[in-house]
Amino acid sequence: MTDLYHPGVPSGQPIWSPSAPLLKLKGLTYVHQDTVLLHEIDLQLARHGITLLLGPNGAGKSLLMRLAHGLIAPTSGDVIWHTQPDMPPLLQAMVFQHPVMLRRTALANLTYALAARRVPWRRRRALAMETLERFGLISLAQRQARVLSGGEQQRLALARAWVLKPEVLFLDEPTSALDPASMRAVEEAVHAFHAEGTRIVMSSHDLNQARRLADDVVLLCGGRLVEHTPAERFFQGPRTPEARAFIRGELIW
Amino acid sequence: MPENDNAFQAALSLILSLDPVLLGIVTLSLQVSLSAVLVGALIGLPLGAALALWHFPGRGLAVTLLNAFMGLPPVVAGLMIYLLLSRAGPLGSLGLLFTPTAMIIAQTLLVLPIIAALTRDHIGALWEEYREQLHSLRIGRVRAMPGLLWDARFALMTVILAGFGRASAEVGAVLIVGGNIDGVTRVMTTAIALETSKGNLALALGLGLVLLGLVALVNGTAYVIGERARRRLG
Repeated sequence: MTDLYHPGVPSGQPIWSPSAPLLKLKGLTYVHQDTVLLHEIDLQLARHGITLLLGPNGAGKSLLMRLAHGLIAPTSGDVIWHTQPDMPPLLQAMVFQHPVMLRRTALANLTYALAARRVPWRRRRALAMETLERFGLISLAQRQARVLSGGEQQRLALARAWVLKPEVLFLDEPTSALDPASMRAVEEAVHAFHAEGTRIVMSSHDLNQARRLADDVVLLCGGRLVEHTPAERFFQGPRTPEARAFIRGELIW
Repeated sequence: MPENDNAFQAALSLILSLDPVLLGIVTLSLQVSLSAVLVGALIGLPLGAALALWHFPGRGLAVTLLNAFMGLPPVVAGLMIYLLLSRAGPLGSLGLLFTPTAMIIAQTLLVLPIIAALTRDHIGALWEEYREQLHSLRIGRVRAMPGLLWDARFALMTVILAGFGRASAEVGAVLIVGGNIDGVTRVMTTAIALETSKGNLALALGLGLVLLGLVALVNGTAYVIGERARRRLG
């Protein structure tokens, strides 16, 4: 395992390989009270890498992740995870924009997640402490999670995802309410997850953050998928006028 | 009012000398009300949590009934249990009427709706907050319930105290199903009513003071729990 604060360089394997998708979204549509919030999204995500979902507010980024994560059911269309036959479903975790802190100590927030994964209780405490240590939260172990600062709460939410050892991690604008130091901690955590082989899907408003993290970029606009390209290509020469406008910081809808 | 002064002094000396009659009545009151609250909590906490977590046909009706029963007049609760336990009633053969057990049943009927309805409110709000995270952890409603009850523990303690306040302060139900039999089913509230009408103000006032102290203690405890929870849990 890599130290979170000195994350290893992401492995050099091909990171955007459309030939072997891990996740396929087919005609994914979500309608709420006669409003089409997501319109026939077709998307394939490669087995490895960090995908950044970009787009203005209300583009459907959070919704897309919630549908893929299985928190809500689509109105129509399919979410298909490609796993080997006879294998259990992929272990997934999600970190929300406003982390949900259980009314317990920081430590108990982690042991609860371990209990959810049916880790024997004898091992929970040690695993949780080890993870708190890794995320620099060990001194806060016995503090009530809900009185921690926003940055600490988000780190605790990441630690809670970490103990699950997820194969796929969704992050919904995890840094949108954080100061620069906390933001860097979150980005380092994302790198650490990536180094462990976790597939990452993350939404953000921050183009610089996307430049720093993304292997590929999905641009959503008004509930439609505008563009899905490798990050390098996206930032050098986006194909669509919407993407060009988005990069220039113009308002698009 | 010299006579009342004397009654007050007599009441205080009854309390301070731990008068056996007074002590017996206080003990029985506590036994009955605490048992009723215990049974009410054992049923009401999971029932309230279940009503918050599951949506089923008739749920609205169940919640409305529960809320209506929060205001159930104690005499009516007493009458219902009386009809159930009287010799001619469906459970008459158990011979429970005019026993402390009957009083516990009647008070449970009063306490249960309060505990269940307020638990539903608290657990419902908490579930609303936790739902996505627990869903993400793949924890279903059944597995979520113990954790939700635990995380709402401070709020639920004050709920249980509210139930205890209602049980210990009511007269009607215990009077009807208990019969206020000296040494057997005489509790603080019924004894106060009887002794006042008999003119034995010293004992009535003594019991009244104890009851008042108890209610103050319960409310004080509820306040302290609430404050501590707010400070600690944020």
